This record gives sequence, structure tokens and C-alpha cells, in this order.
Amino acid sequence: MLHFELVTPERLVRSESVYMVTVPGTEGDFGVLEGHAPLMSTIRDGDLLVQRTQGAVPETIAIRGGFAEVNAKGLTVLAEHAS
Amino acid sequence: MASLKALKIRIGSVKSTQKITKAMKMVAAAKLRRAQEAAIAGRPYAERLEAVMASLASKVGVTEGSSKLLAGTGKDQVHLLVVATSERGLAGAFNTNIVRAARKKAEELERQGKTVRFYLAGKKGRVLRRFYPDGIVADHELGQHKVLGFDQAREVADDLIARYEAGEFDVAHLFYAKFQSALVQIPIGQQIIPVSVPTGTVSAANDGDAAVEYEPDEEAILAELLPRNVAIQIFRAMQENAASEQGSRMTAMDNATRNAGDMIKRLSIQYNRARQAAITTELVEIISGAEAL
Repeated sequence: MLHFELVTPERLVRSESVYMVTVPGTEGDFGVLEGHAPLMSTIRDGDLLVQRTQGAVPETIAIRGGFAEVNAKGLTVLAEHAS
Repeated sequence: MASLKALKIRIGSVKSTQKITKAMKMVAAAKLRRAQEAAIAGRPYAERLEAVMASLASKVGVTEGSSKLLAGTGKDQVHLLVVATSERGLAGAFNTNIVRAARKKAEELERQGKTVRFYLAGKKGRVLRRFYPDGIVADHELGQHKVLGFDQAREVADDLIARYEAGEFDVAHLFYAKFQSALVQIPIGQQIIPVSVPTGTVSAANDGDAAVEYEPDEEAILAELLPRNVAIQIFRAMQENAASEQGSRMTAMDNATRNAGDMIKRLSIQYNRARQAAITTELVEIISGAEAL
């Protein structure tokens, strides 16, 4: 499972284990699964798709401004707004 | 000697003042808890951002091509002091301390022959007008928001960066009160523009650092992060300020309540003595009257 964190300046919105997250990167959307190569990308305003299990209906979180970081610990999305 | 009636009215008025200060103390205590929680909730973001900034900046390095926010304007003449205060008074020495710290810095800079300008965030910084009537470039009211939002910090940051890019100032310092405990708040001044990048233990924090892929590239990400970092620092200052303000108000109102209690005690003794004196005089009058018969 992929460890996924969504953080805004106001609070830690999510911190959980999920199957896959699709991130709206500035240069195109990308999906992150467990064991993804280390990556850092800015994000554009858009929807974050979170799949808890394989084949599950993705949950949508609208985010605005920020960037995403993938490292050995998992995926961290720093956004200015999330809802 | 005040009359009995005047004393009684005085006691009544001190009592109602005490009720108000007591209520304010209680409200401040409740708000303080909320402000502290908000400050703690904001910590993860700031920590992560700082870590990322550190690792990026160490890779990119400061060159001529890098953003002015990082490299500076190359001058050190005009200093802008951003003074973050509260919107309301009756918080003890909270606002006074911040303003005093800012003035001290301003005097120090002026002695070095620099130009000093002020940017006020919060109503209570306006006392600075008295000392520097021409030095205020902006007066930003925070408004009566229940919960401090990031948008407010962003507004201030955007305004600051726009002014910086227009060449209105070379260095910006931010003044606020750091929250230590309900009793102790420390006024702090720190430089926010140009951004001072945290250096040092980068490699230890990021494992597998070499293989990180960047989209679009390091410079572009850093350029986007720098303004965000300014906003975050202002936001953190506002959060610290919010907690400090409530803490300071709580302490001030606690003292006020205690002082009012002491005053009531003193006035009551005075009142009882005056009453007893009146009774004694009356008795003496009656007795001497009766004896005369």
C-alpha cells in the first residue's frame, strides 16, 4: 500500500494508506503506486483522485496550488487549499 | 471622606468591571486553546516545505539567474518592517512589545543610514504613525475573522512580493510575538525577504536523494516555492500572534480581576468604617441628649 499525506497550511488533511493516487501535475497527470520512483513536481489546480483499493471508485479531492513529493516513505501533497 | 452613598456606588461599579474582566479572561482562555491547536495543526506543512526548500536550494545554489527573492536586489538600502499586530486592544503589553521591537530595529537601521518603511498588518500597529508619519507604506487590516485563514496571509504576501518586484524595498523584516506560554510571549523580528534558505543537514533528511526526478525542473520548482515560503512565514507569524494575543489578554484580564477584587475589599472596609462612624456619632448624640434632660 502507498502511504499518502495531504497537507495544507491550516491542517493535515489526510494521512492514510491507499492503493493509488492520481496527481494533477503541471506537466500532466500522473498516478502514484507503491514503490514509485522519487519525484518532485509542482501541481496545477485540479482534482486529486484517491483509490483506496484496486478497482475501487476513486474519491475526488479538489486541490489548489502546491506541489507533490514522492519519496521512499510515500506520497506527500502540499496544497494551499483542499476540499 | 466620601459619603456612604458614593462609596456604595463605587463598589458597585468596581464589581461590574470585575465581572467583565472575568468574562474576558474566560473567553481568552477558550480562544487561546483554539489558537494553539491551529498553530500545531499548521506545523507539518511548514516543516515539509522547509525540508523541500533546503534540499532544492542546496542543489540549485544562488546564481545570477536565480530569483530575486533568493538572491536579493543587490542593495541593502531600503528596509521594510512588516509589523503584525492584533486587531483589538486590552491584551496587556502584547501590541506595545511588538511595536517597541520594531521601533528599536528601525532606530538601529536609521543609525546605519538606511531608509526605513513600515508595513502594518493589524489595526494596533497604527501607533507607529505617530513616530513615522511618512514611513507607512500600507496599512492592512486583518478584519474580524473568527478563524485565521491562509488566504489572509497570502494577500499580505502577494502585496509584499509585488512591492518587492517593483523595487520599493530591498530587505523585509517581519515582527510578531512568538508564543511561549500564556505568561510569556517574545517579540521577534526576522528577515523574510530575501529568503534565507535553511542549510545544513540536508543529506541526512533525504534518503535516495540523487535519483529524484523533478517536474518541470529544480529551478522552476524553487521559483514557485519561494513566494509560497514568504506566505507561509507570514501565516505562521499570524498564528503565533493569535495565540500570543489570547495568552497575553488572559494574563492581563486575570490581573485586572484580581486588582478589582483587592479594590472591592479596600472599599468595603472603608464603607464599613464610615458606616460605623456614622452610627457612633448618632449614638453619642442620642446619649448626650438624654443626659441633658
